[in-house]
Amino acid sequence: MAPGSDGRPDWQPVAPLENLRRRARLLQRIRAFFAERGVMEVETPALSRAAITDPHLQSFAARYSGPGHAAGLPLYLHTSPEFPMKRLLAAGAGPIYQLCKVFRQGEAGRRHNPEFTLLEWYRPGYDHHALMDEVEALAASVLGLAERAERISYREAFRRYLNIDPLESPLDALRAAARDHGIRGFDAEEQRDLWLDLLLSHCIEPELGREGLCFLYDYPASQAALARLNPEDPRLAERFELYYRGVELANGFHELADAGEQRRRFETERTARRKQGLEQVPLDEYLLAALEQLPDCSGVALGIDRLVMLALGADSLDEVMAFTIDNC
Amino acid sequence: MATYSTNEFKRGLKIMLDGDPYNIVENEFVKPGKGQAFNRVKVRNLKTGRVIERTFKSGESVEAADVMDTDMQYLYSDGEAWHFMHPETFEQIAADASAIGDEAKWLKEQDMCVVTLWNGVPISVTPPNHVILTVVETDPGVRGDTATGGTKPAICDTGAVVQVPLFIDVGDQLKVDTRSGAYISRAKE
Repeated sequence: MAPGSDGRPDWQPVAPLENLRRRARLLQRIRAFFAERGVMEVETPALSRAAITDPHLQSFAARYSGPGHAAGLPLYLHTSPEFPMKRLLAAGAGPIYQLCKVFRQGEAGRRHNPEFTLLEWYRPGYDHHALMDEVEALAASVLGLAERAERISYREAFRRYLNIDPLESPLDALRAAARDHGIRGFDAEEQRDLWLDLLLSHCIEPELGREGLCFLYDYPASQAALARLNPEDPRLAERFELYYRGVELANGFHELADAGEQRRRFETERTARRKQGLEQVPLDEYLLAALEQLPDCSGVALGIDRLVMLALGADSLDEVMAFTIDNC
Repeated sequence: MATYSTNEFKRGLKIMLDGDPYNIVENEFVKPGKGQAFNRVKVRNLKTGRVIERTFKSGESVEAADVMDTDMQYLYSDGEAWHFMHPETFEQIAADASAIGDEAKWLKEQDMCVVTLWNGVPISVTPPNHVILTVVETDPGVRGDTATGGTKPAICDTGAVVQVPLFIDVGDQLKVDTRSGAYISRAKE
């Protein structure tokens, strides 16, 4: 607990109330944006029997006991509402969005809080480029930007800022690029994706969106997550991220709708978790069963706290959140 | 061997890197999209004062540096070593020129300093923010000139050279800021 100057707990909000008022107005504008476009607001449970298998995302564990579950039911807090929203899409809900709190273990800092607000929406019939248009319209309106967003492929970004090819350059070229940028202590690492993450976060992300919104798209297939692969070039995944002023704001996919492929990816991630000594979590069998009927669609998750932070010209999340992990 | 996980990183934490003790100046958690999380830190080498950047995979562990800041009284210098004494235990410790560095010119006998010990050996000394020094050499003072704002160099008893107002004379006592090296005022005895 953080003691105040008089020795009692400092109960005051961390963000100025004026920032919270502006935050409330931006949330109203976001809801109006979707109402105008006929996208339905939905709510899905924050608790789930299953958890995300992605080794880079850790879920909070919870437990229900009471009527129906005398022995107790292990549950997880969601890291995003993606799986139940896809079940709604498969059931024929049409375009939907959700504004909700999500929970991620182990993430705290100037741009992270373990509990944060996510805006997630899905568009049946859209590919990832069509969804980027809509993300751009929403983000530009909230941030008060007029110009068109820059769109740069993951491959082109590595060529432009580091003069290497993320798909083809040998590992030693990635090592050399890191060394040139003063990144040390990773020479023993053999994992290509770790080197790509290092270079992206240290050398490229700070450059993205300096002048306006910037989309990075078509990620390496090894980082596809839940995106489908490009049918013409299966080395690429139809995934995108949105940046503004070096801050990552959104992550979107042309959604994978192949249950067999999805199960294989989950199993690969479970193997990775085992190797890293991470907790094994149950697969979402409801999602896998529903994927058979998932319409062709794209979906995106956008961090609301970061969006509000940038809209208000703030530099850290605690300027736009009432309370954070430090005083909750 | 004591270690710290990146989750314990915060400003002021002392860690070992490449065989030298460092102090964490800044710690930032970064995570690209759905990828690997990192801690990007700025650290100051406690022996050289140099600040460098390093990155760790989040969750990694780093060796802790056995570094302690101790308030000690400066006793004297014998030309090779500077001797300090703990005010309560009266334990004495000698710091060499590499630990004292440029701070020697601010060390006045009897003054309390912060001596930074690494594995029990002094690696740096921080003098008080303000010290009182006596002028031993300077151009003759210009009487009554307290307004023109001109300055001249004055050599002090510790060897420090301080820019002082024109009215200062040999034998005057000066209050000096050791962080900036700037003259603050004449000290009244």
